[in-house]
Amino acid sequence: MKKRSGLAALAPLALWTAVMVLFPMGYVLVLSFLTRGESWGVLWRFTLENYKALGDSANLEILWNSLKIGAYTTLLTFLLGYPFALAMVLQPRRRRSLLLLLVVIPFWTSALMRVYGWMILLRTRGIVNDALLGLGLIHRRVKFLNNMGAVLFGMVYSLLPFMILPVYTSLEKLSPSLQEAARDLGARPFQASWTVVFPLTVPGVMSGCVLVFVPAVGMFFISDLMGGGGSMLLGNLISYYFSAGKNWPMAAALSMLMVALTFLSVHVYRRYSGGEMGVF
Amino acid sequence: MRARKGRAGKRLAGAYLAAGLALMYLPIAVVIAYSFNKSDNGILWTGFTTEWYGKLFQSRQILEAFRNSMLVALVSCLAAAVIGTLGAVGLARAKMRGLGLVEGMATLPMMVPEIILGFAFMVFFSLIGLKSGIFTLILAHTTFCIPYIMINVRSRLVGLDPSFEEAARDLGAGPARAFWDVTVPLIAPAILSGVLLAFAMSLDDVVISFFVTGAESTTFPVYVYSKLKTDVPPSINAMCTLTLGVTFLAVALSRLPGRRQERVRSRDGEP
Repeated sequence: MKKRSGLAALAPLALWTAVMVLFPMGYVLVLSFLTRGESWGVLWRFTLENYKALGDSANLEILWNSLKIGAYTTLLTFLLGYPFALAMVLQPRRRRSLLLLLVVIPFWTSALMRVYGWMILLRTRGIVNDALLGLGLIHRRVKFLNNMGAVLFGMVYSLLPFMILPVYTSLEKLSPSLQEAARDLGARPFQASWTVVFPLTVPGVMSGCVLVFVPAVGMFFISDLMGGGGSMLLGNLISYYFSAGKNWPMAAALSMLMVALTFLSVHVYRRYSGGEMGVF
Repeated sequence: MRARKGRAGKRLAGAYLAAGLALMYLPIAVVIAYSFNKSDNGILWTGFTTEWYGKLFQSRQILEAFRNSMLVALVSCLAAAVIGTLGAVGLARAKMRGLGLVEGMATLPMMVPEIILGFAFMVFFSLIGLKSGIFTLILAHTTFCIPYIMINVRSRLVGLDPSFEEAARDLGAGPARAFWDVTVPLIAPAILSGVLLAFAMSLDDVVISFFVTGAESTTFPVYVYSKLKTDVPPSINAMCTLTLGVTFLAVALSRLPGRRQERVRSRDGEP
């Protein structure tokens, strides 16, 4: 009886995900093996051309750039986020929950709006340039936007909370006496952190890396807005093939590549942390 | 010596936190500040004005986009609340093979990059001949809202004593009645905080909406995105500030039920 009511409760979810997740994703997989239509749309003719085309030098270069940006973003968010999480844990307990809230709030506000805020700040006639000129630190206006550096900056900024939160969670679980014990046994503070604390937070770090790397590879509006038209990433390429290129099968093949990449990162993470997805 | 060193470290940590948080909030502050900027090209600061807020209510496009956003977020969250809550209960209670698959598929929208989800929705809608518009937006948003609510409710269900509902059943309540009268009030805070979170996500979504939106049904973020690529009318700043207010409100409200719960629990003498 109880079992039956459980199944009845599950039915809407099962039906919805079958229609709205399983079917569309399955269709993208099928689409990636179809031929593109003459003007737009698809022809139901099986082909492997789309996957072969992934190896074209232009596509390979964009793929390589995306992976590179993803890797740099992950590294930078780690270098900036780990000390941040560590500094949070060092605060008194009462202040910690306030800090946590302060880190989470921007994360719930529109990413688009925050990128736009940076565009106001960083553009050539913007506030940062004005300030630097006023202080006499620069003599000519600097072009901060429309290059790969700007894209990287935008990515690190947007994804930093994804690194801070899981690292913070794993650090908070540690007992402060651990480090004290290490220091009582004669380890210097840095040594105590590095050899005792850090290894215990590796699952949190791995969780953060996956949560940063996956969106970084797929992010498309940051590169679009802060990088100008010139900096195409995997996400931009998909949206290009989808809209301007009118080549849905190619967009589908790229999507499948990205899904594979996502699952691979999640798998690597599970393997090395031996746990669930941390805070998420 | 060691104590002093510790204090210096604490101060350094505090400074780092302050600097980091300042940078996190800087762009948000700039957008808010510029919504009161007199200059109409939005580059130089020429003085304080609330003119753009007035202009906002004269722009049909912006108002319509905002109305669409609110409509989509409300309907999607409502639908996702029903499906996600029932699903969480079902996942917790049903014992059968394939449950993991259902759960995995339902949480997939959180894992897969947004652009792929948007693309998949778009090609799917075009395959079944569904015209892009408010309806497709609602279908897409409901799908990515479901996991936020489901995960929230599931974690609440784990800590829930099943004997409450069993007692109701023993007293003669039918399964639906027992669920509605006993379990739902107990998991209501989790549903509510999940819904508010999903609401904030739906209200801010650009990427997925970009793919499933029709020409006459843009949402506010999609409208902003299209404007950012060309020129930005100053009223955009005003609208961003207002949506920011709505998001903050939703997030603040989503934290309230949990707070009360904690207080109640600690009053009951639990740690």
